[in-house]
Amino acid sequence: MTSSGSTSSRATVLDGIRRAHNRGPLDAQAQEVLRQGIKTPGSRVVPARAQGDHAHHLALFAEMAQAVAATLVRVDGWAGVPEAVADYLKGHNLPTDLAVAPDPRLDGLAGHGLFTVRRGPALPQDVVGVAAAFGGIAETGTLMLVSGPDTPTSLNFLPDVHVVVVAASDIGGTYEEAWARLRLRYPATLPRTVNLITGPSRTGDIEQTIQLGAHGPRRLHIVLVDDRAQA
Amino acid sequence: MEQSTSHTFKENAHKAIDDANLRVSLQTMKTGFRAKRSAAVAKLPEFEALRDEGKRLKDHVLANLDFYLEAFEAKVLEQGGHVHWCATAEDARQAVLTICRDHNARTVTKGKSMIAEELGLNAFLEREGVTPIETDLGEYIIQLRHEPPSHIVAPALHVRKEAVADAFRATHTHLAPDRDLSEPRQLLDEARSELRDKFLAADIGITGANALIAETGSTIIVTNEGNGDLTQLLPKVHVVIASLEKVVPTLEDATTILRLLARSATGQEFSSYTTFSTGPRRPEDTDGPEEFHVILLDNGRTKMLGSEFEEMLRCIRCGACMNHCPVYGAVGGHAYGWVYPGPMGSVLTPALIGIENAAPLPNASTLCGRCEAVCPMKIPLPRMLRDWREREFAAKLTPDRQRWGLQLWAFAATRPALYRLGTRLVARMMALAGGRRGRLSTLPLAAAWTQSRDMPTPRGETFMDLYRRRSSSTSQAATGKKG
Ligand code: SF4
Repeated sequence: MTSSGSTSSRATVLDGIRRAHNRGPLDAQAQEVLRQGIKTPGSRVVPARAQGDHAHHLALFAEMAQAVAATLVRVDGWAGVPEAVADYLKGHNLPTDLAVAPDPRLDGLAGHGLFTVRRGPALPQDVVGVAAAFGGIAETGTLMLVSGPDTPTSLNFLPDVHVVVVAASDIGGTYEEAWARLRLRYPATLPRTVNLITGPSRTGDIEQTIQLGAHGPRRLHIVLVDDRAQA
Repeated sequence: MEQSTSHTFKENAHKAIDDANLRVSLQTMKTGFRAKRSAAVAKLPEFEALRDEGKRLKDHVLANLDFYLEAFEAKVLEQGGHVHWCATAEDARQAVLTICRDHNARTVTKGKSMIAEELGLNAFLEREGVTPIETDLGEYIIQLRHEPPSHIVAPALHVRKEAVADAFRATHTHLAPDRDLSEPRQLLDEARSELRDKFLAADIGITGANALIAETGSTIIVTNEGNGDLTQLLPKVHVVIASLEKVVPTLEDATTILRLLARSATGQEFSSYTTFSTGPRRPEDTDGPEEFHVILLDNGRTKMLGSEFEEMLRCIRCGACMNHCPVYGAVGGHAYGWVYPGPMGSVLTPALIGIENAAPLPNASTLCGRCEAVCPMKIPLPRMLRDWREREFAAKLTPDRQRWGLQLWAFAATRPALYRLGTRLVARMMALAGGRRGRLSTLPLAAAWTQSRDMPTPRGETFMDLYRRRSSSTSQAATGKKG
C-alpha cells in the first residue's frame, strides 16, 4: 500500500521524463484529456475474422482452440456436463477423482456417481481439475478465467488435466468484447487474476521442438455448453 | 549490473562462428522462428495496420510517460499493492532484497524476466544468501550451466539436448545416473517434476511484465509453459519487475501489443498463457499471493527519451529482429556480450551501459534492414545503429581501421562461404607473415585489436579446415550450411 524504493527515486524518474520532454508536469487540462482517454478506449484495429454472428464465433472458437491442441466437445445444456466429463476421462483412461471449482454451475459433477469430487483450490496431488470460464474469445480460441472464491486460479495450473466448462452465451468474437463484459461485471477493480488460456502448456526450449505439458496442464479439454435455450 | 563483454564483440564472434553446435542451433532457429512468423503474419491481414497502431500507441505513451506511470501507480496502491520506483539497477536490487528480508525468504522462484537479467539479480541474491530458482525451462537450463541467455525469447537456444542432459545429470544427482535422457520429452518431464517442488516451497515469486496497464493497475505476463503463473500464484508474495516503458493506457491498448507479440516472437496466434495480475488476493479468495509489489525500473531509460534513441523504447521484446538478423544468425547471442543481443541489443546496450563499454556493437550489423522490416513496433533499428556509429565516431572510440575491419568482417561473416574462404586466405597470409617467429604482432583488418596482444600464428589452416580434416565422416554440424 506504499510507494517506496526511495521517494527520491520517484522524483528522479518523473523529473527525468519531464526534463527529456522539456516540460513540467502536464497541466490539468492535458491530464483530463488523458484521463478521459483511459475511460473511453477508442476503436481499434480488430481482425475481420472475429466479426460475424454468434454461430460463426462458436465455430471459430472451436476451430482455433483445437488448432492449438485443446480438445473440445459441445453439449446441450448444463445438465450434459457430467456425462461429457465422464466420457472424456474414460476415453483417455484418466482418474475420476476431481478437484472442482466451487462455481455452482458445476454442482452437477458432485452429484454424478462416477466421480469423487473435492471442491476448492487445487492441491499438489490433483490430477484432474475442473473449472468454469468467464468467457471465450473466438479470435484465437482463447478462454478467459477469473480468480474468485468460486473460481480459484490454482485449478488452472497445478493439475495435469485441465477441464474447462464454458457457456456458449459467454463466447464473443474479440478480446474487446471480453473486456467490455469484464468491466461490466467488475466495475470497481479487476479480480486479482485474469487468465487468458489458449491451449495446454507447451515449450520449445529444447532444440525448438514443441512439446506439450511444460509446467502447466498437459491437456486442455473444453466443454462448450449450449445454454441459449435456457438463457 | 550484469557483467558485460560487449567491448570484445569481435573475439566473442570469432569463437562463436567456429562453434559447430551453435551453428546447428542457429540453423534450427532460422527455419523455426522465421517460417512460423511469416505463416502467422500471412494469416492476419490486419497485421500491418496493427503495427501502425502499436507504434502510435507507444509513441503516445512515451510522450506522456509520467502521467501514465502515476496513473498506474495510483491503481496499484488503491488495490493494496506496493510500487517501488527505482532510478538505478542498484535501487532495484535493494528493493527486491528488502522484500526478501522482510519475509525471511530463503528461496525465490522466478519467471522469465529480461529486467532480472539486466539487474544481474540471480548472482546478487545468491551473494545475499537467497536462492533464486529459474522456472522457465530455457532459463532453468542456462542457470544450471551458469551462463547468460543467448536469445530474449528462447534463452537456451544455443544449447543442444545432449548438453541439457549433461547439465541435468550434474545437478539432479539424486536420480539414477544411467537414466535415459536422450529425448526432449524425457528432459522436459524431469525438469517438470524437479521444479514442481520448488514452486510449492518458494517464499517469494518474481516475474517480469510484458505490459503494465494504467487503467486497472494490472501487470501482464505472457508465457507458454505456465511457469510464470505457478511462480506468482503459489508463494505468499508476488514481485513484478518491469521497466518504465512497459506501461500502456488501457486493456484495449494491451491487446494491440498482444496481437503483435506472439505472432512476431514464436509465430503463434497467441501464447498459451496471458495473465493479468491486479493487486494481492482478495479477502474472499482461496488462493493467490497475499502481497503484490511492482518494481519500476528506469536504469537509463528516461535518458533515452527525447534523444535519437527514444523509439527504441517502443520495443516489446519479441525477438523478431534477432531471428532475422544475418549477424545474429552467424554468431548467436553470447557474442554480443551483455543481456540484449541482436539488432535491438546493439541499439539498447550502448544506451544502458554506455557506448564506451559497447563500442563494437553498432558496427556488428550489415545494415541490411531486415530487422526493421519485421519489427512489429516499426523501430528504425538501422537508423539508430548509424546514429550510434556517428556518436562513437565523434567520441573517437574506434580507430578507423578497426571500424572498417569490423564492417568487412560483418559482411563476410554473414556470407559463410566467403567467411571460410576469407579466414583461410588470411590464415595462409598470416602463416607467411608470421614466418619463423610464429607470432604476429599485427593482424590485417584489425590493427587496433592486435595492438595489445600477440596473435599465435595459425599454421596455414583454419579451425574449420582442421575440424573437417579430423572428422570427415562428419555430421551436419561440421559441414552444415549457414545462412
Ligand atoms: S526491436 Fe522490434 S523486433 Fe526487435 S525485439 Fe524489439 S519489438 Fe521485437
